[in-house]
Amino acid sequence: MRRAALVGIGAAALVAAVALAQGGPPEPQRQIPNPMSGRHFATPETLAIQDDDFLNPAFLWVEEGEEAWNRVEGTSGQSCASCHQDARETMRGVRARMPAYHPRLQRVVTLEQQVNICRTERMGAPALPIDSRPLNAITTFIALQSRGMPVNVDISGPARPFFDAGERFYNTRRGQLDMRCGSCHEDNYGRYLRADLLSQGMSNGFPTYRLKEQRVISLQFRLQGCVNDVRGEAPPMGGEEFTNLEFYLAWRAQGLPVESPSVRR
Amino acid sequence: MAAPIGQPRVRLPAQVRAGEIIEIRTLISHVMETGQRRDQAGNVIPRDIIRRFEAKFEGELVFAMDLAPAISANPYIAFQFKAERPGRFEFTWTNDAGESRTATQDLRLA
Amino acid sequence: MTTPRTPTRRGVLALAAAGAAVAILPLPASAQLSAGAQAAVDRVRGSRTPQEGRITLRAPPIAENGNTVPITVSVESPMTAADHVQRIHVFADKNPTPDVAVFHLTPATGRAQVDTRIRLGQTQDLIVLAEMNDGSLFITRAEVKVTIGGCGG
Repeated sequence: MRRAALVGIGAAALVAAVALAQGGPPEPQRQIPNPMSGRHFATPETLAIQDDDFLNPAFLWVEEGEEAWNRVEGTSGQSCASCHQDARETMRGVRARMPAYHPRLQRVVTLEQQVNICRTERMGAPALPIDSRPLNAITTFIALQSRGMPVNVDISGPARPFFDAGERFYNTRRGQLDMRCGSCHEDNYGRYLRADLLSQGMSNGFPTYRLKEQRVISLQFRLQGCVNDVRGEAPPMGGEEFTNLEFYLAWRAQGLPVESPSVRR
Repeated sequence: MAAPIGQPRVRLPAQVRAGEIIEIRTLISHVMETGQRRDQAGNVIPRDIIRRFEAKFEGELVFAMDLAPAISANPYIAFQFKAERPGRFEFTWTNDAGESRTATQDLRLA
Repeated sequence: MTTPRTPTRRGVLALAAAGAAVAILPLPASAQLSAGAQAAVDRVRGSRTPQEGRITLRAPPIAENGNTVPITVSVESPMTAADHVQRIHVFADKNPTPDVAVFHLTPATGRAQVDTRIRLGQTQDLIVLAEMNDGSLFITRAEVKVTIGGCGG
């Protein structure tokens, strides 16, 4: 045991040394190496709604998003489709690799923010509020084009400091309950918090139709709920902290299939 | 002002044989505001629901539903229909204000 | 480091009830109702005495969230012009108002089965009444448990 552990530490040190020799930070190690999607913590009735594209009410948002995709808005007389044509081809895989580092802005942006960048910079249209219905409709429509593809975000190079910041947020105890994200989603998944079965907090199903809210919600809306639950003060949706956290969460779910739009309680 | 009645979705089976009993599934975007909730200022948010759904086949009422605030947002309604002949369905959702939204769909027999 | 976890809820429920939309075991229809639900049932009933049977109510035995509870009601009937279900009434015993839905059926439907999704404010009984075209009345009643989650957010 001890010897194996020492060998393990030796191997980790070696990896770190190699990484340093190459000039990059060491590869982060996941607390949950083989993550489980939230669907494994949902009831059969909830999954029955998710797994049927007619029963799944999120498809009302998908249809609205598809209409919005083709609708000209803003001063430049353009729609999403003017640049990106058929979303079924051009948006395939986009949800799976977002959030992503934006070289010109020199920060990580979420899918929501990227839509707003397009709107304000290309279309001359106003940004849509984060978690608003029209924005959730567009992101749900875009996310659907990646359904089944493995989450695969790139945390290397200039993206790494944003990943690290997200990881720090994740691991920082907060709120009156003094809990970190992992207090529920790493240390206690599979156990009940009152009647709620705690999941691993994997983000591969977002945007999701939440039964409680009876609408499609964005990941950062849910994150606000989590921070509220530990009686902390939630940072704003669309801000730097949650954006970096969303980036870190995507890496935690790396390899899981995109399930958007999922259905969750 | 009443909440918008969104675009309805209706699904009939793709292949229908004469005499077959099929399931007709419908979904419509609506908040189904119960009248029990309060806004942040403490004022009651007025009730605003889809209160009636009707399905007509070739102009004849074949199925209807009266909805109460206890129906979930984005109402899902499914019912059965015995497909004897081809024809046109007309589905209508009506809200508390009396505004309605209609969708039509043709039943074709294989 | 990470030990194998206890069975997931899915596994537990599969063991307990073999999955989605099970027919809920009917409760005695005679048990006391809330005043509101009783009044609503009485309005439908009039002077008639409802019989038990014929109605199957499918719903999750434990609803993950009370805001969206899928239900299916079916009634044994040939659904002919001479013998069919005219109306199916659904009431919730402990909601702020007991009315949930009234389904109006005709022989054209071929089969007396309807589906919808409902809101339940708490664990409570659902009461279903089916009115036949000959005036006879059937009733069933079943409990749906609504979980109180730990994650309020």
